[in-house]
Amino acid sequence: MPISSPFPKLTRRAALLGAAAALVFAAVLPTQNARAEDTVKLGLVAALSGQSAKSGEAITRGITLAIDKINAEGGVLGKPLELVSRDDESNPGKGLVAARELAQREGVAAIIGGLDTPVSFAIVPYVNQQKMPFIGPWAAGTGITKNGADENYVFRVSAVDEYVDEAITEYLIANYGAKKPGMILINNPWGESNEKGLLKALEKRGMDHAGIEKFESNDVDVVPQLTRLKENGADSLFVVANVAPTAQVIKSLDRMGWDVPISSHWGPAGGRFTELAGKSGEKVHFIQTYLFTDAADPMFAKLQEKFPEIETLADVTPATGIANAYDATLLVAAAIEKAGSTDGPAIREAMYEISGVEGMIKTYDTPFTPEDQDALGPEDYTFAHFVEGQIIPIK
Amino acid sequence: MTLLIAALITGIGLGSMYGLIALGFQITYSVSSKVNFAQGSMVMLGAVLGFVFCEKYGFPVIVGYPLAILCCGVAGILVEFFLVRPFAVRNSEAWLMATVAGGILLDNTVLFTFGNEPRTLPSALVGESWNIFGTGVYPQQILIPIAAIGVALALHALFRHTRQGRALLAVVQNLQAAKLMGINTTLMVTGSFAISSMLAGAAGLLIAPLFSVHSDMGTLFGLKAFAVAILGGMTSAYSVMLAGFIYGLVEAGVTTYLGSSYTFIVVFALVIAVLTIKPSGLFGRAAIKKV
Repeated sequence: MPISSPFPKLTRRAALLGAAAALVFAAVLPTQNARAEDTVKLGLVAALSGQSAKSGEAITRGITLAIDKINAEGGVLGKPLELVSRDDESNPGKGLVAARELAQREGVAAIIGGLDTPVSFAIVPYVNQQKMPFIGPWAAGTGITKNGADENYVFRVSAVDEYVDEAITEYLIANYGAKKPGMILINNPWGESNEKGLLKALEKRGMDHAGIEKFESNDVDVVPQLTRLKENGADSLFVVANVAPTAQVIKSLDRMGWDVPISSHWGPAGGRFTELAGKSGEKVHFIQTYLFTDAADPMFAKLQEKFPEIETLADVTPATGIANAYDATLLVAAAIEKAGSTDGPAIREAMYEISGVEGMIKTYDTPFTPEDQDALGPEDYTFAHFVEGQIIPIK
Repeated sequence: MTLLIAALITGIGLGSMYGLIALGFQITYSVSSKVNFAQGSMVMLGAVLGFVFCEKYGFPVIVGYPLAILCCGVAGILVEFFLVRPFAVRNSEAWLMATVAGGILLDNTVLFTFGNEPRTLPSALVGESWNIFGTGVYPQQILIPIAAIGVALALHALFRHTRQGRALLAVVQNLQAAKLMGINTTLMVTGSFAISSMLAGAAGLLIAPLFSVHSDMGTLFGLKAFAVAILGGMTSAYSVMLAGFIYGLVEAGVTTYLGSSYTFIVVFALVIAVLTIKPSGLFGRAAIKKV
C-alpha cells in the first residue's frame, strides 16, 4: 500500500530549480555588499516597541540630532551619515537577528545598542566575532563592555552597573547614614549584574545587607518581598528595575506604610513614573548622566525644533538616553573619520585615538582605552528625582 | 506575625484575581469543552478600554466600566465565531492555536493603538491603605475577593435555578440530546464565551488600579489562571475559585517564607505534582469514559 507523505516529492525538476535559484541568489549577494554606498550607514538595535519603547525613541532622537550636526558639517569620509534602525522588542533573540541583518545585509559601519542589558549581552559575542564596532548608549550591564574578548569591539557611553552600584551605595550612606540596606531587584540579567555590583560595594565598606529580593516585571504585589526585607531590619532600599516594575515596588511600600530611603538605578527615568507610582514616586532618588535643567538649554531648543511634539521638559523624561546616544554618535563618527574607512578593526583602533569631541555630557578627551571601553564614570553621574512629572536634580 | 499577615493578604488578593479569571475558563469548558486561550488578553482589554473610556474620553465610571465589560463580551463572541467555531465544526483541535494567536493579535493591536507606555487607572479604593497587624491593605484588594466570590455564587445560582442555566447544563451533559430537546446549543456556546470574556474584562478593571495598564499585562495572569482552572478541575465554579485562593496563598507563602527566587519553581512544581497525583484536579472527579 502506498504511504502518502505530507511533503511533496522532490522531483528532478524541483531540485534543478532550487539549485538555479541558489546560484542566482549567491551571484546577487556579493554585488549587493560590494556596491559603492553613497552614505555611511550607522545601525541601531533598540526597543522601538513594547514597554521600553520610550527609550528607543530617546536614543533615536539623540542619534538624529547628532547625525544632523555631522551632516551639516559635511558628513564623514565626505559622505552623509545615515541611520538604519531595527526594533529588538526588548527580546535578545530578535536583537541578535537584527544585529546580524544590519552587519551582513545593510553593511553598516557600526551598531548602536538600546536599553536592555539582556539584548546587548546577546549581541556582544556576535559583534566581537564579526569585528563590528558596537556602541551602547544605555544598557548598563557591567559585562557588556568588560566581556573578556581579546579584541573587544564593544564601547559604551552610558552608566555602568558596577559604578552605579558604587554611587548609589555611597549616596545612601552619605545622605541617610544607611547601615543595613535591602535589595529589591528585577529578576533578569540586569538585576543579577547589579546584585554583584551592590554586594561588591557593600563588601568594600564591610557592610551587611538585609537581604536580596527578586521580583518579576509583571508582579502585581511585592509586599511579601518587602516585608521580608523590613523584618530583617532594612534601614534603606536599593531598587533596580524599569519604570512599571519600580512603580509596583512603590505602590507596595505605600500599602505597607513603610517610609524608607530609596536609591535606585536609573530605571524610573524612562516614562510616566509618577503617574504609575503616585506621589510617593518622588521619594525614589536615582542616577542620571544628563538632565535638561531648564528649557533654555540650547540642545533642548534644537530638540524642540526637530521634534515639534516635544512641548515641555516633561516630554523628554529620559534625557539620559538622548544625551548618551548623541555623544555616542559623535564619538563613533569621529572614529570613522579618523580611521579613514568603515573597516571594523580600523574604527576600533581609531576609537582609542579620538580626542576633543564636544558632546552634551562633557568634552571627551581619549574617552576609551583598551583597558576601559567606557566613556563615562561615576564622576559623570548626578542624582535626581521626579517632581510633578519632571526629572529634577537633587542638590 | 507580620510576615504571615502579609502573606495572607497578598495571597487572598492574588488568589481571587486568578480565580475570577479562571472562572472564565471553567464556563466555556463546561459548556463546550473548549477554552479561550486569549483570556489573559481579555483581562488586558477590559483594563485598556476602561482607561480609554474613563480617562481619555472622561466617561463616568458607572458608564465607562460597564461599556468596557460589554465590549469584552462582544470580543468573546468574535473569538467563538471566528477562532473556535470554524475548527470545532470540523472536529479539529486547531482552536487551541487559533485562540492563542488571537490573543497575540489583540495584544499587538492594543500595543499599536493604545501605545507602549504603561498607564494608571486610578481608583478611589487605592488611595489610603488600612493598617492590619503592621501591614496594609487597600480597600480595592478587599473588593476583589468579594466580587470573585459573588460571581462564583451568581454563576452557581444561574446554573441551578434558572431556565437558561439548566439549558446550559443540559448542553454540558449531552449536546446532541439537548439539541433534540429544542435547546439552541449554538447560542449557549456563544453565550458562554461572551460571559467568560466579560468576567475577564471585569477582572482587568478590578486589577488595573493595583497594577498598571499596558498591552501585555494579561499574559501572565492568563497563564496562572489556566493553571488554577486545571487545578480546580474545571468542573464547578467554587472549586475553581477555591483553587484560585489556594494557588494565591501558596504563591505568596513561598515568596514570603522561602524567598522570591523560589516562587515560580516551587509553585509550578507543585502544580505538576498535584496533577500527577490527581489528574482531574484538586476537586475534580475523574470523567467516566463511555465506550
